[in-house]
Amino acid sequence: MNYSARVDVTLKNGIADPQGQTIERALPALGYAGVGDVRVGKLIELTLDASDADEARSRVLEMCEKLLANPVIESYEVTIR
Amino acid sequence: MSARVGIVVFPGSNCEIDCRRALDSLGADTTMVWHTEKSLPDFDLVVLPGGFAHGDYLRTGALARFSPIMDAVRAHAEAGKYLIGICNGFQVLCEAGLLPGALRKNSGLKFLCKWTELRVDETDTPFTRRAERGDVLKIPINHFEGNWYCEPDALESMRANGQIVLRYTDNPNGSLDDAAGIVNEARNVMGLMPHPERACEALLGSTDGTVLFGSVLDSVAVPVAAS
Repeated sequence: MNYSARVDVTLKNGIADPQGQTIERALPALGYAGVGDVRVGKLIELTLDASDADEARSRVLEMCEKLLANPVIESYEVTIR
Repeated sequence: MSARVGIVVFPGSNCEIDCRRALDSLGADTTMVWHTEKSLPDFDLVVLPGGFAHGDYLRTGALARFSPIMDAVRAHAEAGKYLIGICNGFQVLCEAGLLPGALRKNSGLKFLCKWTELRVDETDTPFTRRAERGDVLKIPINHFEGNWYCEPDALESMRANGQIVLRYTDNPNGSLDDAAGIVNEARNVMGLMPHPERACEALLGSTDGTVLFGSVLDSVAVPVAAS
């Protein structure tokens, strides 16, 4: 089977995100009040062959650990479709 | 005999010629090594220079870590020989797990290209033995991702081991503990964001880079006694 995977990579909680902070400061100037917790991350999409969705997920998780994210500063979330 | 120095060149490296010139002026015997090589000759010191290896795609240093030469670089370090990563080279060493931590975007979100002052806080390393503790070195930075971070427990043990070797006197990028340069636990691998190769000639405004390069070349001739 061919699966689509979506990987959302964000800075870990507690790691300062200067891009998010800058956006958060900019939004009120456009009239958007009450916006908080802005975090900027990366979206990585890929397709892969696997025998089932579980195998697809575990392979993508392995890719995250080895390359797609840096576990020292980033966390990730994998969605398989 | 001259120290044999290998300078690894990745696609996108751009400080290798400066490194060669600085090290040659100090009497080293330098060789450029393309990143697709799978082995390294018997070098005393390997340098990963600055630049934008593999375009810094995904993350700085993330793809360079998988260049064919990196297994040999790892073996060189594991054999206890000297390895130094400057700027992008530092980022590669962190991604490769040869140094702790990671380099984040500068806290001010600006690319910084300027002179900095670095305080030498550890002198019992092969890279700083020509300095006295507390000496301040004038060496420039040139980076967007120099904001070093590591997990709190790791920082604690690094401080206890004296692995934060150089600290900015005026932190330009948000780096944790003002760290500008660190060493691994075995003290044979150093990474630093500032560019010592750009501070090795009076004409360029400083010769303080020779303290670091000179120290490691001294160490090749007479290794640092284990402390």
